Amino acid sequence: MEDGKIKGKAMVLSGFDQEESAREALEQALKEAGLAREAIGIIVTTGNGRKAISFAKGDVTEARAAALGAVFLYPTARTVIDVGAEESRAIKCDATGKVLDFAVNEKCAAGSGAFTEAMARALEVPLEELGPLSLRATQTIPMNAQCAVFAESEVISLIHSKTEKADIARAVHDGLSSRVVAMVRRVGLNTELVLIGGVAHNPGFVESFKRTVGLDDVRTAAEPDFVGAIGAALAAAE
Amino acid sequence: MIANYGYKDGSGEFFIAIDTDKCNGCGDCVPVCPPRLLEMAADEYDPLSEKTVAAVREEERKKIKYTCAPCKPASGRGALPCVAACEPGAIAHSW
Amino acid sequence: MAELQEFWRWTEYTWHHPEMDWRKGKRLAAGIDVGSVSSQALILVDGEIYAFSNLRTGSNSPDSAHKAVNGAMKDTGMELSNLKYTVGTGYGRVNIPFANRAITEIACHARGANFMAGPKIRTVLDMGGQDCKAIHCDERGKVSNFLMNDKCAAGTGRGMEVMADLLSIPIKDIGELSYQVDQEPPPVSSTCVVFAKSEALGLMRSGWSKNMVLAAYCSAMAHRVSLLLGRIGVEDQFFITGGIAKNPGIVKRLEKELGIESVKTKYDSQIAGALGAALFADTLLQKGTQ
Repeated sequence: MEDGKIKGKAMVLSGFDQEESAREALEQALKEAGLAREAIGIIVTTGNGRKAISFAKGDVTEARAAALGAVFLYPTARTVIDVGAEESRAIKCDATGKVLDFAVNEKCAAGSGAFTEAMARALEVPLEELGPLSLRATQTIPMNAQCAVFAESEVISLIHSKTEKADIARAVHDGLSSRVVAMVRRVGLNTELVLIGGVAHNPGFVESFKRTVGLDDVRTAAEPDFVGAIGAALAAAE
Repeated sequence: MIANYGYKDGSGEFFIAIDTDKCNGCGDCVPVCPPRLLEMAADEYDPLSEKTVAAVREEERKKIKYTCAPCKPASGRGALPCVAACEPGAIAHSW
Repeated sequence: MAELQEFWRWTEYTWHHPEMDWRKGKRLAAGIDVGSVSSQALILVDGEIYAFSNLRTGSNSPDSAHKAVNGAMKDTGMELSNLKYTVGTGYGRVNIPFANRAITEIACHARGANFMAGPKIRTVLDMGGQDCKAIHCDERGKVSNFLMNDKCAAGTGRGMEVMADLLSIPIKDIGELSYQVDQEPPPVSSTCVVFAKSEALGLMRSGWSKNMVLAAYCSAMAHRVSLLLGRIGVEDQFFITGGIAKNPGIVKRLEKELGIESVKTKYDSQIAGALGAALFADTLLQKGTQ
């Protein structure tokens, strides 16, 4: 980011070595920006591995980065809902992107993208097809298991009892959204909300979320994966 | 008897403890709970007793972290309605 | 996969008293414990253990209950109609058509443990296929404090099954293999089974042996269970029931963590629930005939 404008960005899958992944992402972003490493004044990290990156000058919490990034992109946003692969959080923030309150679901796969990943495996559909599949559901069925491991068995027994995969997919997203919405209610629901994080790509989750939260429309970040990184860059500029 | 309803998972420990020796069976806790988590029922953990006591409904036990969330705002939390309504002080939340 | 194996099952068996004659008995009471993975039936004749079975749970509870009780009565000449009172317990307890009453497994495990290990038992830990129960009870085997965790797979037999499957190791070998390490590794840090799986794969990639991973997982499970027990307070004497009682990989590590040895008995730890149910059946039978 240069003078508050995004110059380059990149995304790589986090590998075993977080520092290596971070370096690779940085190099790709520099390439896109057409800049040399020396041109970067300061690097700030965020996310699960934010403390593990030796070449960074500092780090900011995921909640702070998400709020800063979301308000930068969507100035009216006051509730930021970040559903990532391993954790999810709901953040209440002010017009400057300052965190006023937040709630987090972590260390349990049931409240994050890992849940949909495990269910896609049980359903034997690629993860990216799980969302579109659930949009074709014709009925709402409940899912009793609140644990990803137990839910896998439930999905398998639903398949055995000839339940449509689309209906199961909807039940999976409904389960995850009910957990995410409960977390949002802890910080208070402001209709000026924005959905970020990798799971925001999933149209099935977004549809379930709308139904569960009772809103006709929910704003989804255009590039939900980058909001945190943008927030970190803004924190670096500060 | 202390009945702990709820669970512990990676994200934390979430139990509603009901002391059935203190519970007088009045049922005041049932209507005050917004999501109606509680019920009055025969004590299923003491099958030879005939006492009616408060219990967390079975279908709710695995999701109390989520169901109780509206009563537990991230900040500015007040008294919990179920705990406040229980005169003998038989109800406690672990989180 | 032709070589697909179920790594997580226990062996099935049935037993009956070789010398006792049930026809001379007055009170024939049975307990049926239909669990998520295994089902047990136990028959008491005048309050004494006459026969029992420990079998796999089938696809539905009524069939599993029938199979279990028929297993216990095998080669005895006894028939279902001879049983005067039957109590069902366990996960499938409400779906046992021939049971006179259903009683929660918490109450049954405490009562069964009291019979198996004596009235001094205060703490009972039951680690089942899909749940984990921690119980404090009095000298009569009556529950005084309990918790049951059936929401989360961590700390249950299922967590172990997932790990056994991931590593392709039969579950009965886990305990022993987990001690075949040069030194005890630090426990797996993720509680959630889904995350522990990725962590285990990562550890293997970084050069850990399967046994090391098993050791790390067993000690994580032991630690988790000790925290759960802490909530109800661990008091000597301490007894472990359920399938996990047969896994020294967890039991020994848990005993070390708690600083208390668990009481060992001559009985199969998996029959505690069915035994407790049968004891309640016997009590209710006596109450009814008074």
